[in-house]
Amino acid sequence: MNVLKLTPFPTQDKEKPLNHGRFEPYVDNGGTVLSVAGKDYCVVAGDTRMSDGGYGIQTRKYTKIFQLTNKCVIATSGMQADTLALQKKLKVMLDHYQKENGKVMSTPAIAQFLSNTLYYKRFFPYYTFNLIAGIDEEGEGCIWTYDAVGSHEKVKYSSQGSGNQLVIPLLDNQVAKFNQLLPEGPKDVPLDQVVSFVKDAITSAGERDIYTGDYADIVVIDKHGVRWEKFELKLD
Amino acid sequence: MSFNQDYISHPVFGQVDYFNKKNHQQPNQHTPYYSVHNHHQTDAGKQKTLDPIVTGSSVIAIKYNGGIVMGTDMLCSYGSLARFNSVQRQKQVGTHTVIGVSGELSDFQSLSNTLDDLTTDDFCIDDGSKLSSQEIWNYIARLFYNSRNKGNPLWNTVVVAGNQNGKSFLGKVDLVGTCYQDDFIATGYGAHIALPLLRKEYDDNPNGLSQDQAVKLIQDCLRVLFYRDARSSKRIQVSVVDSNGVKISDPIELDTYNWHSGEAAVRTFQQVALGK
Amino acid sequence: MYRNQYDSEIVTFSPTGRIHQVEYAMEAVKQGGSGVALKSNKFAVVVSLKRSSSELGSYQKKLFVVDDHIGILISGLTADARVLCNYMRNESANYKYVYESDIRVERLVTKVADKSQVHTQRYGRRPYGVGLLVAGYDQLGAHIFQTCPSGNFYDYKAISIGSRSQSAKTYLEKNFEGFATCTLEQLILHGLRALRETIPNNDTGLNSKNVSIGVVGENYPFTLIEEEATLPYLNMLESDEPVEMQVN
Repeated sequence: MNVLKLTPFPTQDKEKPLNHGRFEPYVDNGGTVLSVAGKDYCVVAGDTRMSDGGYGIQTRKYTKIFQLTNKCVIATSGMQADTLALQKKLKVMLDHYQKENGKVMSTPAIAQFLSNTLYYKRFFPYYTFNLIAGIDEEGEGCIWTYDAVGSHEKVKYSSQGSGNQLVIPLLDNQVAKFNQLLPEGPKDVPLDQVVSFVKDAITSAGERDIYTGDYADIVVIDKHGVRWEKFELKLD
Repeated sequence: MSFNQDYISHPVFGQVDYFNKKNHQQPNQHTPYYSVHNHHQTDAGKQKTLDPIVTGSSVIAIKYNGGIVMGTDMLCSYGSLARFNSVQRQKQVGTHTVIGVSGELSDFQSLSNTLDDLTTDDFCIDDGSKLSSQEIWNYIARLFYNSRNKGNPLWNTVVVAGNQNGKSFLGKVDLVGTCYQDDFIATGYGAHIALPLLRKEYDDNPNGLSQDQAVKLIQDCLRVLFYRDARSSKRIQVSVVDSNGVKISDPIELDTYNWHSGEAAVRTFQQVALGK
Repeated sequence: MYRNQYDSEIVTFSPTGRIHQVEYAMEAVKQGGSGVALKSNKFAVVVSLKRSSSELGSYQKKLFVVDDHIGILISGLTADARVLCNYMRNESANYKYVYESDIRVERLVTKVADKSQVHTQRYGRRPYGVGLLVAGYDQLGAHIFQTCPSGNFYDYKAISIGSRSQSAKTYLEKNFEGFATCTLEQLILHGLRALRETIPNNDTGLNSKNVSIGVVGENYPFTLIEEEATLPYLNMLESDEPVEMQVN
């Protein structure tokens, strides 16, 4: 006969005081951003879900993409408060640059400046994962991808954030055409095809990543400027 | 403008503090008369809220056609003790903004002083314009973010509601400086329990809610919270902010199920379950 | 140059109750090239007459952008003006950083005035030798302010500063009642006509080299109109010249 064994009531471990958690200055609000550069354009996508660091959604409509100039946007995932502080800082510095120099900062210059800005806080970093996307002085689409402390690389496509592991292989396959059975190198793709591909990519991230969803901003940067489009993702 | 150090108790010795570098250089090294004797290298004279002590629970708020309704209860707990039973957790800021605050009570009171300084200065400029709700919200967000950067957070979540030029504003700020706007907002347990109720009512009324609907909804949510959130009470306040300004209600005792009397409970059980 | 016993320090009143150093600074404002500012309900406009030290040099810039909603016209010591302009840009950027909104024009002007005042009362300081016309647009509408080295500032419907500005003022006083409902184009032309009054008869007159125009208004960030862009307005000005000549 089975005897129900009573386990002793768990007592508080004295070594670890019951702390309601010491102050934790970092929160990961999640989200995915990605970007693909073309010959004379750049497409950026970012979802608009903002999670509370756990399973909760704080808001469904917080955009992760911020326009810096007519030729450049920054797309950021990570901690919203740090993201906002970073965006505000960049904005102030860019306004300052424009007034001092009588011209708008170029996209490559912004890319370097962002790296310096992130590294400046190397020992209390912005918890942000950034993409700089836009067109350079020659009108060519360009992207820079960063880690939280300013390491960066110029690339043709990239993704950052909670869904980035899901998106990167897709981009490797479809944009860079890595290791295809039928040999076919990367080629110039018309803008509308890239836009619909990017929509598929972020939809796919939303399919599996719980921190990605709700809506997506699709941003196109080309010689005409910056165009925004809203796109629906799953709300679950 | 200074808010500060308000209060708190247990300095956590021996633990790694992200920010304790600062503490090694206390100003009192140069002004020994003020000096707090500091035998330990961490958490010198300055005190920080690294752990909330007396706390308020949820704040909930929703937009309706023409304004916003916000609700809080009036309890501030000391751990699991219902310590202060009649604390107003909403505050009018300026002429057309109201904030509702969860979290550490002392930090809320410190924030209140800071905001009073802000709105007094604003009033004294006397140029015919006043800080908008959105500006106040942004100010609080910067204040909170800067405090968290110093490792000295204001341990609160603040909901800011207001009305300007007939447009409603509803936003939220938390202790690390996270901030956003939305059509309905809930903090603490409210985010788990009340938010789905708010969302459903909001989505079920594509043309928007009336003020009466919104007030009833907020009261219902607070009642549900009272039933399940052990750190809440049925003594509540509901504020309405619209183009006429801010109205924070007097304390209201929620009409709830009566479990003071065991007899009543038995009667209800018989009526409901046994159909007698 | 006459000597005055009470003019060597900023902290000393003269027996007649004046602070001579401040008054001298006010004189510096009058030495600058002239400028006119005027506003309608929707727009504030500044026009300036630039000067060059010689044929070989460029014209001295007199209009500066402070922010999207504020610009200034300077008269007096340009070097001092640049300090004040940087200060205004900084204050405006700080305000935007904290509140995510544009600073009210009057609040910014008050800050400049407070800063200037300090230099009229502290030993070892020198007042700014510059006057500003501040044109801005905010939630309270279009604004024109004038600041002085003394720390005073004034709210105007229309005003001029700099050398021979009195004649521009006379033009403005005759015409200001119509300004409120002016279109932007009319407002600019009024500004140019007022500015023209300050030019000595034997001079070359207004041209695209020596005129620059600043405009700010509702949904209209502060914009400079310079060089060739001023030509359309200057041409319009020429076409009404005969009428003006009769009036004069």
